[in-house]
Amino acid sequence: MPMPPFTFHAALLFPAHFLPLLLDIVAGWIILGLLGLFRPRSLRLTAHLLFPLGAAACLGVAILSGVFLATGHAPELMVLPLGLPNLPFHLRLDALSAFFLLLLGVSGAGISIFAAGYFRSGEGTAPALLCLQYHVFLASMAVVVLANDAYLFMVAWETMALTSYFLVTSQHRIPEIRRAGFLYLLMAHLGALCILLCFGVMQGGSWQFTFDAMRQASLTPFWATIAFLLALLGFGAKAGLVPMHAWLPEAHPAAPSPVSAMMSGIMLEIAIYGLVRISFDLLHVQYWQWGVIVLIVGLFSALFGAIFAAVQTDMKRLLAYSSIENVGIIATAIGLAILFEASHLPLFAALALCAALIHALNHSLFKSLLFLATGCVLHATRQRSLGKLGGLIRRMPWVAALALIGTLAIAGLPPLNGFVSEWLLLQSFLFTPRIPHAFLNMLIPLGAAALALIVALAAYVMVKFYGIIFLGQHREASLVHAHDANWLERLGLGWLALGCILIGVFPQLAIRAADSVTGPMLGATVDSQSSLWRIAPIAPEQASYSGSIFLLGILAVIGISFLAVRILAHGRIRRTPAWDCGYPWQTPRMQDTAEGFGQPIRHMFGAILHLELQLPSPTDDPPRYRVHIEDRFWRTLYEPVARAVRRTADAIAVLQSGRLSIYLLYSFLTILVLLVFVL
Amino acid sequence: MREITLARQLGEVALAIAIAPLFTGWIAQCRAWMQNRSAPPLLQPYRMLRKLFQKDVALATEASPLFRATPYVLFGTMVLAAAIIPSLATDLPFAQAADAIALIGLFATARVFQSLAAMDIGTAFGTMGARREMMVGFLAEPALLMVMFNAFLLYGSTALPSLVDGYAAHPALIDPSVIFAAIAFLMVLLAENARIPIDNPATHLELTMIHEAMLLEYSARHLALMEWASSLKLFNYACVGFALFFPWGIATHGVDGTGTLLLAIVALLGKLAVAGAVLALIESISAKLRLFRAPEYLAIAFLLAVLGLLVHLLLGANTHA
Repeated sequence: MPMPPFTFHAALLFPAHFLPLLLDIVAGWIILGLLGLFRPRSLRLTAHLLFPLGAAACLGVAILSGVFLATGHAPELMVLPLGLPNLPFHLRLDALSAFFLLLLGVSGAGISIFAAGYFRSGEGTAPALLCLQYHVFLASMAVVVLANDAYLFMVAWETMALTSYFLVTSQHRIPEIRRAGFLYLLMAHLGALCILLCFGVMQGGSWQFTFDAMRQASLTPFWATIAFLLALLGFGAKAGLVPMHAWLPEAHPAAPSPVSAMMSGIMLEIAIYGLVRISFDLLHVQYWQWGVIVLIVGLFSALFGAIFAAVQTDMKRLLAYSSIENVGIIATAIGLAILFEASHLPLFAALALCAALIHALNHSLFKSLLFLATGCVLHATRQRSLGKLGGLIRRMPWVAALALIGTLAIAGLPPLNGFVSEWLLLQSFLFTPRIPHAFLNMLIPLGAAALALIVALAAYVMVKFYGIIFLGQHREASLVHAHDANWLERLGLGWLALGCILIGVFPQLAIRAADSVTGPMLGATVDSQSSLWRIAPIAPEQASYSGSIFLLGILAVIGISFLAVRILAHGRIRRTPAWDCGYPWQTPRMQDTAEGFGQPIRHMFGAILHLELQLPSPTDDPPRYRVHIEDRFWRTLYEPVARAVRRTADAIAVLQSGRLSIYLLYSFLTILVLLVFVL
Repeated sequence: MREITLARQLGEVALAIAIAPLFTGWIAQCRAWMQNRSAPPLLQPYRMLRKLFQKDVALATEASPLFRATPYVLFGTMVLAAAIIPSLATDLPFAQAADAIALIGLFATARVFQSLAAMDIGTAFGTMGARREMMVGFLAEPALLMVMFNAFLLYGSTALPSLVDGYAAHPALIDPSVIFAAIAFLMVLLAENARIPIDNPATHLELTMIHEAMLLEYSARHLALMEWASSLKLFNYACVGFALFFPWGIATHGVDGTGTLLLAIVALLGKLAVAGAVLALIESISAKLRLFRAPEYLAIAFLLAVLGLLVHLLLGANTHA
């Protein structure tokens, strides 16, 4: 397979060291954020200068990390004399970091340029402050990926959590948003605590907190498993894996749309990065049981997310649940990769990990695109409820067309990108009979079946999402005044849509990027048989797929049939009112609603949902119909835990008498106890 | 050599486009015979298409470009599917572009576009049809995928031509799992093609229709393309069934020549005739299910397919790959 010509030029054009340049860009983001503080109320400064510059910086990150991956550089190390004394910041750029930086750069560029056109004055936080938080958020995510010691990792991780908390609560005057923000902060800190403990376990008694030391540390099976489970809990809480997902459907809808896009499109993937880094790189996957745990958690999250997405009536909540579903799919792929790796099948492990990485990249693209599109809809209509939208394709043709690409991509339809990663994942499921473990062999076809159901359910969800928002008739009269996105917003949406198409049509690009990750980490790559036209991960006679020929074929048939119809028949059209089935009093309110579209799912999966249904009786005046769907985890997990915490706090509060003398007594007793220990 | 395979590929697609309406007509004829009615002429679907192509399109004022593009997209996906499925020969240059999983993706693309178009005008029936179609689809698709997985376990490939070649190489390979898979496939075929236990192609009764509800707003050439696409879909499903379960007569890789190809055409026509009669028989002796029994029906198909997989793994049959 000859290298494409551009890589040679790139090698000449770009410097030998990428890490310093990337750090310059990270510093640049922070400076950009600080610059805004000179004119805190000026929307023009942030919108016309700072956000576009931030987008350019994102593009720079994407190009640098893309070239790093394409040229196959060796990992770069750096030590920054910052931080605490004797505890400097260690940084490392390797293929895995570069892949996630590529993801961050590509999606970040689209989101930033969109954000330039999105923020309006008088909406919550002052524009300059938003700009600062936004760019520090970006910078912290980049540093998380580059960190090579636990200390820097945790600093960046916490910065990421705090900045995103402030971004989520940018409209802090609304009590629900404050509540959602608090829940998010709480879950983020629980997760961070788990990660901290995980690092504590992994240093293995050496008290060296650099990742290099952790790679060398030899842990007993018990402690390695504890570390792995802590990592799964911690990163799972950030990624939104069930049952640590509760914050996600609250926080994502509360945030402004570019922030939702950043959190869903980039931050969740950064959590995935953490899981991959720790399980594959630092702990060197050791036991197949880990894979089974991740696989089951992933499949359950995906199914849970898809079912809940199908019954939502708020467009951003729907997308948030869809994020849970997609993160679940990524986790499924990672679980499969761990299983293969622990069974010493590196080639299939590489295939599954490749599916996970590409799905992360894809999710980042299409989920950002859709969240941004909901932002446009929100600005144009002031409505978030699906029941009050409809017919926007005629008022917002640009947003509708670009959102259609995202919708088809996330529904996993060829020839767009969502299909590529799902295809790779299904392919890797097909090789599970090679695992030398009879019980797993039986279990895994069921996993594949569940995955197939999830993928198909995702298409259902997305038809609901797109159809109710953009198609049909306006459900509210005010929608007539909806306006299309401005040109900066269109540019951002278009960039992300282009990414969806490009990876779908030329999946080789993404596979090669993922290969440069799996090569050093697992010692196997999947791209050996692919050509410019098609991908054939394991062997061409087993399976091959070509997005480009696929697209060309469909376009050719459509074009030929269109021309044939025009030439052989005619192109006459008469515009008439829609057929009313003999009943002339049709109103837009008679269209199917979001609740109606979710009804078959409620009917089928009633056992998983907690459903409260209030149907009107024939004598009601006026009739009331109410349906309320609740997450079962609230009642079975969160509320008991919250009650237990409160009870414990109450019990401890007995000590808190409020009298100074008692407190002095406590101090005295403490010193006494300590003296007993020391002496 | 390359030109010959390309010509054969195009010929196969042209044949599929040409005889798909005939297959639909044949099923209608068999059904009429079994129900003791006088049958419509075999060429009735073609007359229907000609009539529709001549008429003017009556397009709803609310229709968006998506609505107008969908008939072409639907027709395009079904023609592309016909190019992937080895109905006559396995030496298909196009089949390398897409395997069985991509084929399922292609069917899903068609379904999503059709549902979106049905929601476009915003009439109650259109959206209802879209919702029901997606419901049937999301239950049928995993079952179909499991059938394909089963074939993969047997022959070690998800590429349909390789499956047929694999069968030709080991014709004695009969696995009990195939029987489960075949029943599941038949159930999916009936559900996905709006056939009787799930939907009735001959009715326009509001409360029961699925497929027809989505076509209500279409007229003239758009409707003609949609109808043609749905008969192509039925033809494609039948050919997938032949390729998976009865691949006799399909010209395999390396066996060229006009003789085998002619034989393949005759075999295909024969199989279609039998399949049409069987479908008509099933439709005549079974009753339409209530809509909310449809998930149960499809769950049975899904479970049968998964059971097939498990049977295969339990018996530890010689996995080819």
